[in-house]
Amino acid sequence: MNKLEKVKIMIDGLEIEVEKGTTVLEAAKEVGIHIPTLCYLKNVNEPSSCRACVVEVGPRLIASCTLKAEDGMNIKTNTKKVREARKTVVELILSDHKRECTSCLRNEKCELQSLANNLNIRELRFEGERTRAEIDYSSPAIVRDIEKCILCGRCIATCSNVQTVNAIGFINRGFGTIVGPSFDKPLADSVCINCGQCILACPVGALYEHENINDIWREIENPDKLVVVQTAPAVRVALGEEFGLPIGTRVTGKMVAALRKIGFDKVFDTDFAADLTIMEEGTELIKRLETGENLPLMTSCCPGWVKFVEHNFPNMLENLSTCKSPHEMEGALIKSYFAKRMNVDPKNIVVVSIMPCTAKKFESQREELSNQQMQDVDYVLTTRELAQMIKEAGIDFVNLKDEEFDNPFGEATGAGVIFGATGGVAEAALRTVFELVAGKDLDTVDFNAVRGIEGIKEATIELPNGAVINTAVINGLGNARKVMELIQKGEKNYQFIEVMACPGGCINGGGQPIVDKETRENIDVKIARSKAIYDEDKSLPIRKSHKNPYIKKIYDEFLGEPNSHLSHQLLHTNYVAREKF
Amino acid sequence: MEQTQTMCCNCGNQQDERNDKLNELIQKYRDVKGGLIPVLHGVQEIYGYLNEDALKVVSEELAVPMSEIYGVATFYSFFSLEPKGEHVIRVCLGTACYVKGAQQVLDKLSEKLNVEVNKTTEDQKFTLEASRCLGACGLAPVIMIDDDVYGKLTPEMVDEILEKYNK
Amino acid sequence: MEMKTLQELEQIRKETLEKMNARNGNESLTNEKHLLVCRGTGCTSSLSPKIMEELEKQLEKHQLENIRVIKTGCFGLCAKGPIIVVHPEKTFYTQVKPEDVGEIVEQHLLKGEVVQRLLCKDEQAEKYMIEKLDDLPFYKKQKRIVLKNCGFINPEDIDEYLAMDGYKALEKVLTSMSRQQVIEEIKESGLRGRGGGGFPTGLKWEFAAKQENDQKYIICNADEGDPGAFMDRSVLEGDPHVVLEAMAIGGYAIGANKGFIYVRAEYPIAVKRLEVAIEQAKEYGVLGDNILGTGFKFDVEIRLGAGAFVCGEETALMNSIEGKRGMPNPKPPFPAVSGLFGKPTVINNVETFANIPPIINKGASWFSSIGTEKSKGTKVFALGGKIVNTGLIEVPMGTTLREVIYEIGGGIPNGKNFKAVQTGGPSGGCITAEHLDTPIDYDTLTALGSMMGSGGMIVLDEDNCMVDVARFYLDFTKDESCGKCTPCRIGTTRLLEILEKITEGKGTLEDITKLEVLSEQIKAGSLCGLGQTAPNPVLSTLKYFKEEYIAHVVDKKCSSGVCRSLVEYVIDPDLCKGCTLCARKCPVNAISGKVKEPHVIDTEKCIKCGVCFESCKFKAIFRG
Repeated sequence: MNKLEKVKIMIDGLEIEVEKGTTVLEAAKEVGIHIPTLCYLKNVNEPSSCRACVVEVGPRLIASCTLKAEDGMNIKTNTKKVREARKTVVELILSDHKRECTSCLRNEKCELQSLANNLNIRELRFEGERTRAEIDYSSPAIVRDIEKCILCGRCIATCSNVQTVNAIGFINRGFGTIVGPSFDKPLADSVCINCGQCILACPVGALYEHENINDIWREIENPDKLVVVQTAPAVRVALGEEFGLPIGTRVTGKMVAALRKIGFDKVFDTDFAADLTIMEEGTELIKRLETGENLPLMTSCCPGWVKFVEHNFPNMLENLSTCKSPHEMEGALIKSYFAKRMNVDPKNIVVVSIMPCTAKKFESQREELSNQQMQDVDYVLTTRELAQMIKEAGIDFVNLKDEEFDNPFGEATGAGVIFGATGGVAEAALRTVFELVAGKDLDTVDFNAVRGIEGIKEATIELPNGAVINTAVINGLGNARKVMELIQKGEKNYQFIEVMACPGGCINGGGQPIVDKETRENIDVKIARSKAIYDEDKSLPIRKSHKNPYIKKIYDEFLGEPNSHLSHQLLHTNYVAREKF
Repeated sequence: MEQTQTMCCNCGNQQDERNDKLNELIQKYRDVKGGLIPVLHGVQEIYGYLNEDALKVVSEELAVPMSEIYGVATFYSFFSLEPKGEHVIRVCLGTACYVKGAQQVLDKLSEKLNVEVNKTTEDQKFTLEASRCLGACGLAPVIMIDDDVYGKLTPEMVDEILEKYNK
Repeated sequence: MEMKTLQELEQIRKETLEKMNARNGNESLTNEKHLLVCRGTGCTSSLSPKIMEELEKQLEKHQLENIRVIKTGCFGLCAKGPIIVVHPEKTFYTQVKPEDVGEIVEQHLLKGEVVQRLLCKDEQAEKYMIEKLDDLPFYKKQKRIVLKNCGFINPEDIDEYLAMDGYKALEKVLTSMSRQQVIEEIKESGLRGRGGGGFPTGLKWEFAAKQENDQKYIICNADEGDPGAFMDRSVLEGDPHVVLEAMAIGGYAIGANKGFIYVRAEYPIAVKRLEVAIEQAKEYGVLGDNILGTGFKFDVEIRLGAGAFVCGEETALMNSIEGKRGMPNPKPPFPAVSGLFGKPTVINNVETFANIPPIINKGASWFSSIGTEKSKGTKVFALGGKIVNTGLIEVPMGTTLREVIYEIGGGIPNGKNFKAVQTGGPSGGCITAEHLDTPIDYDTLTALGSMMGSGGMIVLDEDNCMVDVARFYLDFTKDESCGKCTPCRIGTTRLLEILEKITEGKGTLEDITKLEVLSEQIKAGSLCGLGQTAPNPVLSTLKYFKEEYIAHVVDKKCSSGVCRSLVEYVIDPDLCKGCTLCARKCPVNAISGKVKEPHVIDTEKCIKCGVCFESCKFKAIFRG
């Protein structure tokens, strides 16, 4: 098909010319006509099943999301017939919906709610049997409420097509259709890797994080507890969105201030541990390169990715870096190094991580990530939960004065910051490995080859000692699966692979603020947030992990050297093979 | 039907034989486009129902995710995820049968066997199903027990028919 | 066996035709008798296999020669099965039991005397026995094109199919027609899809033929799902080769070399006969890599459905063949452009295909001379419900409903009054007595608010409640809705709930309005044909029987006595003779009274089964 071929169509009396292959929905948007959608998620889910986007074409009503514009088409989007049809569709959906809007976590951020409002639905003409099911709280990361599900299938398309995790699907048929794991198992017993991309895809409140807000309030209220919080790099570039700030606004200082106001005793930066990760993982990489064992080294910062490997590629567990993810490292150090320094019984320390991620909630409960029967991290909150707490506490977030993180885990380099975006871990590692191998300081800081939001990036990097590292930087598990299969077939050969489960990396994690679908169609959230991350990197005086003075200090005072015995005990972990089904 | 007889036997040989059949089945359809549904038919024939362990093998070998297989298995009413009774009774509720009193026949069977529709009797002897049109409208109302069709029924005839299978 | 040459096929035709002399009008050339035994599903279930066995046994016992027992497909008159027809005299024996076989052999075959008691009784004339098939009113008005071989040839013998000009049409197109000529011929014939929609078959083929692609497919839709329709089943059971031949012709016309038959798993006999037919066709080289030596390649694979009515919808069917949940896709793109596995695909149903070889053999103008202006040829209908001759018939388009129901179908049994005929299954609607003289074709039925559908015709009498009939169909579509689109998934559920409310006596006038509003919305907004037509039974019963709905909601009455919550049985003491019959028949002992004194019904105990009402000889029991 000739891509430049144009077709002329008429929409609501306006004649417009669009490229052949454009859908009527897109064409209408070009001329400022808003057609509502529910099931449609551009390039991900286009089943034309909800029927909210119907338009009149001749005598028929056709779903505009999949209807390709054809020469001479005469489309009407605002007729009685169209409005009635849309209204009926939404009324019918509401008649099989839980409708507890005021206490729903997605209140005011629900596509169904706003559509019902836009369509002026004030009463339901059709009521009857509703789908009934218990809420599935089994997973520590994700909660499923089938009674709110509208069967749009966006979560399934995301889970199966984008992430290739295949944890959920449609079950049964007709009115009995539900979305869930095979054999109607609880989510916790499925192959779900907790990435939470389904939550971002869900238009309503049928999928959401397993909330821990009340646990945190309880711990803060407890005078015997020292409640320590740490925040991941991606949180600071997204949190502002919850308070009306533009996408990509950095709110690091305000976030720290808000955390203090909430009542956390210490506010640390997970970026510090990111620097530490680079020391440990960089050293691990150099060692593996020397011995040639277990290559490629695969990053282990992302708990979604780790569980994905455990389920799907158990024969490659040895390739995962043994490093715990940064916030787990930091948790382990808080309950050892910091506890000792403060002279506090680690049992009385509560470590809370604010993460852009739902998988971290699962990760923090892994048995392997504990020391002396204490979990390294006690609670994980998503960016959204933090915003909720700030609101609940009545804090005027936008007008807060910037504050600084607490030490000793408050100082981080630009390398630690970029962990939040795809390619960041690889770049941070390269910055350090380069100099460690060279044995001297170098000017090399920016590794542009591994930046950008493309799903699979490859770079061949020659180290100062002549060694060559074939690197793959991957975001989105669908891409990861492709690469893993090529590796298994022997068609690809890498030494180092960075994987972040979520498309775009942690900046677009399953715990990040939900950006409504329309905004997502206009702005690439991934690009806007990652720009903020790299801006923060550039603004920092130190941009290489091994130059972080507090890192040097902790090795001098406590850990000894990277990959030391104590490091292994506190900062490294192991993995388990899991069932494929 | 054959499979119903093998149901009661749990000896090792039986198991092996079924596994062999399963492997044969998978070999046959491994490279067939859209082979999942024929394979599910086969699994149901071998095991009498869609057995979870067998589906795991299917998922692995055909490289179809389990979520998709389960979605297909629960979509089609012909597939059963639970073992069925020794005899499957299907009461046709097609229009021709319905207007001639098939519902009463179904009610009578349900009462007689003390089992709900789409359920199996406690003794695992009968599974009672309501079916869509069996295409034997000339004989309405019709029931099928296993592969045998009984037509022109009245509720009173139910006892006599069941008698044959209760031996 | 080797692939046959054209000459060899011709030889087989000739020889087989001779062997069929007893059946094909050349009885003067043979002294054979052929006993045709129906082995369609209906007769098979009433023991026709056992009858055949018994026949063979008896023939051996009496050492009768020149007698052949032939297994055939359905004769159509299922109500009277099992059926045996003795050729050449065409004696039509009905409701034969295995124990009757001896009598047929001894009396008919040995002595040449017709067994009177097994003949077909003329229902209208009460006692008059009809001896010959051709004299049966059931067959007189029929014109059999699609069903011509059903009940005549042995479906498991390709030679018999060949003898009836089988595979001649395929031979013709492959040796003397261009692809375009085939399409033109089909277009000119005016053949429209027999599966429901009535789309012109030739146009469908032309769209697919125009697509340039290295792979195309032909699919035969044999997922016959309309409750009350079984013509596809009968064709597959009685004449499977006609479908294979037609598919190969279609393949040639559109440029496809692969065909799928998607057939219901509930049709084991049809599946078996298809398997046999495919095997034989391959052996003879009328299917396979080099068909009839012309270099044309065409293969057919059978795929079983798995119990989902929606798979009769073409995009859902293709998803099912692809191994997915049978959920429809939006159209466009149409299958002719992007169908099975994304390739151009033509889907036709069994009956449509069965028309193709005759059209090729006899020409488009022959075909288009039959039928009405816009609906050409014949249509097969499955007669069911309250009708004497339940079964399968084939009539020219334009035959009136009255002819079908009264002349062919023999009218309503038990002296009851005709109320309506439901056509088009769950997508169709009902037609009332005032429209009985309508000539049936696609357009007249649509104009009446019903549709042709696949040809199910369910006759309803005064004992059927129209609200309940609508409820029945909605119960069906709600169950069979795939659940993909909102209007169908939730809308049909809500429709059913409202109908249930009405049949339970809890309905209001507002509910009737809701039914109308919601029905229109579901029609307009649904994704596929299932949803778009699901409300038809509601709309059409509302159109013609609104007073019944109103009686249900306002007067809380169901005059037919079907909706039990609305029925009360009362004995008129003036008419009751005290015969005690009703009291004895009552299953719950709700009727009491002394002999020869008026009885009474205890309404507390009464379960409203209506047995008393049916049994009272004095019409003393009233339903209200």
